[in-house]
Amino acid sequence: MPTPARTTKLDLDPATVKHARSLARKAGRPIVTMAKKHTTVAVERATLRLAGLGGADEEGTPWVNRLMDTVRADVGLEHGVSLPVWDALLRGEADDLTALAQKAAAGSVRFRLPEGRDAARARTASRRQVARGIKTVDKRRIERERLVKRHGDAPRQPWIYLIVATGDIYEDIPQAQQAAREGADVIAVIRSTGQSLLDFVPEGATREGYAGTYATQENFRLMRAALDQSSKELGRYVRLTNYASGLCMPEIAALAGLERLDMMLNDSMYGILFRDINPVRTFVDQRFSRQVHARAGIIINTGEDNYLTTADAVEAAHTVTTSQLLNEYFAKEAGLEDWQLGLGHAFEIDPAVPDSFRMELAHALLAREIFPKAPLKWMPPTRHMTGDVFKGNLLDGFFNLAGALTGQGILLVGMMTEAVVTPWISDRDIALQNVRYVMEAAGRLHEDFHPAPGGFIVSRANQVLAESIELLDRIVDTEHGRGLLDAIADGTFGLMKRPADAGRGLDGVAVKSSTYYNPATEILDAKEAL
Amino acid sequence: MTTESTSPIRPYGDTTGDGMVQLSFTLPMPHSKVADGSAVQLANKMGMDPALVVHSKPMGPDFTFFVVYGRVNHLVDPSQVTVVERDYPLLTPKEVNAAVKRSLRRRLTVVGACIGTDAHTVGIDAILNIKGFAGEKGLEYYRELKVVNLGAQVSVPELVERARTEKADAVLVSQVVTQRDAHLLNTREMSAAFRESYPSDKRPLLIVGGPRFDEKMAAELGVDRVFGRGTTPGEVASFIAHKLAAGKAA
Repeated sequence: MPTPARTTKLDLDPATVKHARSLARKAGRPIVTMAKKHTTVAVERATLRLAGLGGADEEGTPWVNRLMDTVRADVGLEHGVSLPVWDALLRGEADDLTALAQKAAAGSVRFRLPEGRDAARARTASRRQVARGIKTVDKRRIERERLVKRHGDAPRQPWIYLIVATGDIYEDIPQAQQAAREGADVIAVIRSTGQSLLDFVPEGATREGYAGTYATQENFRLMRAALDQSSKELGRYVRLTNYASGLCMPEIAALAGLERLDMMLNDSMYGILFRDINPVRTFVDQRFSRQVHARAGIIINTGEDNYLTTADAVEAAHTVTTSQLLNEYFAKEAGLEDWQLGLGHAFEIDPAVPDSFRMELAHALLAREIFPKAPLKWMPPTRHMTGDVFKGNLLDGFFNLAGALTGQGILLVGMMTEAVVTPWISDRDIALQNVRYVMEAAGRLHEDFHPAPGGFIVSRANQVLAESIELLDRIVDTEHGRGLLDAIADGTFGLMKRPADAGRGLDGVAVKSSTYYNPATEILDAKEAL
Repeated sequence: MTTESTSPIRPYGDTTGDGMVQLSFTLPMPHSKVADGSAVQLANKMGMDPALVVHSKPMGPDFTFFVVYGRVNHLVDPSQVTVVERDYPLLTPKEVNAAVKRSLRRRLTVVGACIGTDAHTVGIDAILNIKGFAGEKGLEYYRELKVVNLGAQVSVPELVERARTEKADAVLVSQVVTQRDAHLLNTREMSAAFRESYPSDKRPLLIVGGPRFDEKMAAELGVDRVFGRGTTPGEVASFIAHKLAAGKAA
């Protein structure tokens, strides 16, 4: 996404910003080291998916789960799934992965950890097959670039981001196409509630979901094909978003890469804080999924807005900045580039607080100036949407104005009926009318908007940055514990306390053995051209 | 404070008794004069007469959105309205502490959570966190209350389990998300689980709250109390103290 040239408006000291980044690096590095030493069932299953294993048994348990579970029971998780699986294939246990998974489920194959030449052969064979999947991801990326060129890109920034969520993919499709016609540049299909806590990815086209639609490979394919049609019809490439989060984050990232999704919600800490997923599991899964996103040319959206739904948006403003800095560090470490970082933040200050809009501008501009090249994701008010739809519409107008004034990259359209009903067709129409009016009336107001030097906005932004540095200082102060993991355990973010040895999915984590091998990580780590 | 009117009244636009209301809705038909006429017909059938379509706008080729203003002839009789009035005295934190001390001779344990997949802890936090809500401190502030806030997305079995291990006297559940009646389904599941795993006289007080609950639904949902929007920590604390003191007396 091209970013207009801008000069600094907040008079941030470059040395201070640099210092904040170095603290984030210091806080994040031990996490990366830890992540590299572990693997998870989800990372291994994602590897199998990249190798082409899909489908599910009669009960709906995916073959990747069946195979993974059997391998784990026979040889453990710590060596990775690849050596035992391709060793079995080379031994002639089955002709392909699906047949092997079926035999594994029936209990008619035993896995072993190959050694010596057998191990070398299994390594080569697994690498060859997984490379094919990664090559498909590469092809999808090129395909996207070609389609954006052919149909044209979104006409302006911020990109307008709309949500559909009926639970039925065949209902979602016409709704998404209608939303695109009405002006959406990005369609997000909300997942069925609770999918993040499933330790498997459901299979096939799904017609029943709970306040959302299941993320499945087939649903991804169907929706992307429908939006390709819309892109052609509308003469602009309409992007598709889903969620690489929860217990299957790496697998969903792989499926997104294979089916050319364009954006994925992918926060480094969201699962830990809001889904009570084990921190180690999350960081390991997150690193792998971000490597896939980097490769696939997918823009990630981080979830800082969520902190402000649980904590006070003024008091917790610096935790957003801190998390953005951490998300940036983890993203870049995994190979994502600036244009892929949809760092999140939100318009959630209590409108009853005096100068609330000036503070919103300060916070939004702070993110803009710390991350000048990132397409920031700007999230609408939810917490102070009360059911007073008239006031809500006004608040959304101010949210849109703040977005325009501070050069946000991706604008999630706020609904005046937030907290009342799932959006009606008229709610969406009124919301888009609101966005259009503000963008047409004031879309380029940022050119004239220069907060007074030393004024309220400038001082507030500098204050939040200073508080964020203080917080990072406390996190990296190793005298008081294990850094970021302890900060998370103490409830630093979103006021949720999440200790490293608790939470969901911990039993799916293992320390890698000395013979661990994973062809996907090998290729992704080396950023190897295939 | 104004005293509530008990005589029948009509909606008020700008003159007493004018009966004016506003309404907005969508009809699944293309924008046209017929569409406007259809909107008037609907408003008439709803009792608005005269009804004036002040705004109609196409939303895509197949839908039209309307704003209608008009007069209704209906009378509202406030004396016939039933609501859940507070049937317990509002106590100060000090009085709550004293009541708990007197009746239990130990601290009272409150376990709170957002159940199901609801991640909106704003409600439960407003009641439990020391920061509180509407100028009142949360339950954590009360010396005689031990608060265990489990946070968001707690499963029902998990909640029951924690309530048991903490020997909870009261369980507070907040539900904000209401898509497809999730708040009602979750609450019923929760109350059923508690009934199943506790003898009826040992079951903790079950309290549920959220902006979209109907306060009259307590019995139907199988809980002891439903709190709607705008409930303050003091009201919840007073209710708990009242129920537990009453329970001991009985």
